[in-house]
Amino acid sequence: MGATFETIVFGVLAMFIIVMSVLTVTTGRIVRSATYLLFVLLGTAGLYFLLGYTFLGSVQIMVYAGGVVVLYVFSILLTSGAGDKAQKARRSRLFAGLVTSVAGAALVLFITMTHHFVPATGNEIPVETGINNIGRMMIGSGKYEYILPFEAVSIFLLACIVGALLIARKR
Amino acid sequence: MMFAGIYGFFTRHNMLAMLISVELMLNATDINFAVFNRFLFPAMKEGYFFSLFSIAISAAETAIAIAIMINIYRNVRSIQTKDIEDMKW
Repeated sequence: MGATFETIVFGVLAMFIIVMSVLTVTTGRIVRSATYLLFVLLGTAGLYFLLGYTFLGSVQIMVYAGGVVVLYVFSILLTSGAGDKAQKARRSRLFAGLVTSVAGAALVLFITMTHHFVPATGNEIPVETGINNIGRMMIGSGKYEYILPFEAVSIFLLACIVGALLIARKR
Repeated sequence: MMFAGIYGFFTRHNMLAMLISVELMLNATDINFAVFNRFLFPAMKEGYFFSLFSIAISAAETAIAIAIMINIYRNVRSIQTKDIEDMKW
């Protein structure tokens, strides 16, 4: 019963994400596109919570749904694209894009469905990693620990801050 | 979601809409990593941490791209792809 409930919730979340992402790329107004993107990101966070990765879901909500979407809405308002509808692409370009996407999706779906995934051996029930363990792994320097990407991302963020300030400063 | 992002990247004229499609693609790969980690390697954490760092890097890259868009808007007064074809040969 637990497995089927999980399947139902996954099915609902997956349909929600698919519908919202298709609406994101086909709508004419860009503010609506940003709103549908917000729903897609919240649906993705829901998928992470369903997998048992609560920290990842929380980071997704805080960073993506709370930061990136606000950034997009502000930039849309700053570049004043909010009012006008997007002009439709040329018919041939729309059709070529649609054929490419559908063909690619069909290929990836075929490969995914016919691949024989080896399930995980070992019957331990996956226990969710506590936040103290995640923190310890993030700044540890052992074999499976992540101090190097952590420091690299911090330098990357510094470079992005300096770069964004330099690009967008007032002349 | 990945292919919706690819379709949006091909067919949109507004550059912010193209960036939104890139966000969709990045989100799709993050879900992929997390699900592979959970179902095929539940004792390891590599996919989980990869998704975590990918979220951080995607947010920073979005911020830089939006800064570039704002600079383009200041100079060219438009963010449609057909108005920035000066350097195209």
